[in-house]
Amino acid sequence: MDKLLAWVDARLPLTATYKAHLSEYFAPKNFNFWYYFGSLALLVLVIQILSGIFLTMHYKPDAELAFSSVEYIMRDVPWGWLIRYIHSTGASAFFLVVYLHMYRGLIYGSYRGPRELIWIFGVLIYLVLMGEAFFGYLLPWGQMSYWGAQVIVNLFSSVPFIGEDLSVWIRGDFVVSDATLNRFFAFHVIAFPLVLLGLVAVHLVALHEVGSNNPDGVEIKKNKDPVTHIPVDGIPFHPYYTVKDILGVVVFLIVFSAIVFFAPEMGGYFLEANNFIPADPLKTPPHIAPVWYFTPYYAVLRAIPPMFGSQFPGVAAMGVAVLIFFALPWLDKSPVKSIRYRGPKFKIALALFIVAFIGLGWLGIQPVTPLYTWMARILTAVYFGFFFLMPWYTKNDTHKPEPQRVTDK
Amino acid sequence: MSDMNVDKSKRRFLVVATSAVGGVAAAGTVIPFVASMLPSARALAAGAPVEVDLSKVEPGMQLTVEWRGKPVWIVNRTKEMLDLLGKHDDRLVDPASDSTSQQPEYCKNPTRSIKPQYLIAVGICTHLGCSPTYRKEIGAADLGADWPGGFFCPCHGSRFDLAARVFNGSPAPTNLVIPPHKYLSETKVLIGEDAKA
Repeated sequence: MDKLLAWVDARLPLTATYKAHLSEYFAPKNFNFWYYFGSLALLVLVIQILSGIFLTMHYKPDAELAFSSVEYIMRDVPWGWLIRYIHSTGASAFFLVVYLHMYRGLIYGSYRGPRELIWIFGVLIYLVLMGEAFFGYLLPWGQMSYWGAQVIVNLFSSVPFIGEDLSVWIRGDFVVSDATLNRFFAFHVIAFPLVLLGLVAVHLVALHEVGSNNPDGVEIKKNKDPVTHIPVDGIPFHPYYTVKDILGVVVFLIVFSAIVFFAPEMGGYFLEANNFIPADPLKTPPHIAPVWYFTPYYAVLRAIPPMFGSQFPGVAAMGVAVLIFFALPWLDKSPVKSIRYRGPKFKIALALFIVAFIGLGWLGIQPVTPLYTWMARILTAVYFGFFFLMPWYTKNDTHKPEPQRVTDK
Repeated sequence: MSDMNVDKSKRRFLVVATSAVGGVAAAGTVIPFVASMLPSARALAAGAPVEVDLSKVEPGMQLTVEWRGKPVWIVNRTKEMLDLLGKHDDRLVDPASDSTSQQPEYCKNPTRSIKPQYLIAVGICTHLGCSPTYRKEIGAADLGADWPGGFFCPCHGSRFDLAARVFNGSPAPTNLVIPPHKYLSETKVLIGEDAKA
């Protein structure tokens, strides 16, 4: 066995890679609950790819056949209902896990130097994930699929000058049609997953280059053992964190399975009722709303009124609301990273941001009323305030001194 | 060979020239792929005009037909509906249909139609492309006592009157589109083609 390994190692850096990324990758010893969600995101990615491959074996990307092929998967394909519910629940789980993963970055300052590129690649993963979810949502070809795609593609037609041609190019037709379904299928099953895998790989390579942040936000590499050159506060990822993550996986899969088996539609939030009606290009359902993970941005879109005879300002605001995450590493001027050592101004700003994000998410599901529109406008202002005022409130905030080493809290 | 005499400017020229020519070739190769995503010949051909028999549409009723894959409404407006049309110009974004892209020249009039009786409009909201619902009941409870009858978009709450003109305060920026159309006889209309064409 040793001889075989030596033979392989002379031709492929197998042992070296295993050491660099697992057995001798030293992670801070004080990871807590919030550090489960990175590995869980990876798990959900694998679940989605595997369940997706099996769905592709039975699904037909054709406007005439798509809806009934999904029903065929649900009723006639052995265990097809399970595979489809795993995939549809996985989509929501992916966003839940990614939002919690991003929140972890927010509270412990994981986006700060030297981890700006990890954060940027993370935001890119988030963008690709949104595209992936959007393309996938058209495939069942139900009413909500159809009109959701219609609304989102029309966002591009509001771009000044080139918008109309751009939206026709995206659809491949003057309305969402068979051509649109066919290309969204191509994007969903091959183009975007490839990009996603590449970005995840770069995200991890960059992470393992600089090393993980931790709940104290102090750099463990500043304090290495003089003999071994191993960070004194570092422990090998394997076995310590592989074992910890397995616990997270078990708990996650219990919750995930409970949803798949007992509430796969989640009261209309994971799979919307209108999507069990085949797409009808002539009739919009009485109330349309995107799936829950897009609703905060949808509420921002609806909150901004048209200006100068164009709806572009709302679309631009929605775009900025997503893209602003890229700027986070440079907006934060605080001398400390972790919320544990931050002052009250940041804590209040973060609390308001959470209220705004969840509040907008709730408003995005509700029908339009004047009161809700005003609430959405206020929360949109709070949302943007969190980012645009960050250079000031983080600079002028009080803060506690960071410890030299990680703590045992 | 000595490294001392290497002419670096020649190397730089070759690197820049190769990159530029290669870049142009790559950009050229992208064109067919990008163009392949435009509407196909079949999709373009599907935009043929549609003939509709208006005698089927009862007064006050709405008929929806498909043209270029889009819903086109035909509403047979009653005398009372037409009388109400001129009474709310102050609440409209563009009461005189000044935005030229939203209707053919021959429909730039108070009823936005060739024959005042029949409204023919593309039923796609100018906001984000949902299809508004026909709400003819005057003063409907959910739309307010001053609702004169018209169209309400369920997606984002845009409101249009019975000449498909948008009300102030709607997310939709412009009036609904009136498609090119012409009357073939008293009761037959061809949607998708002008009289002059």
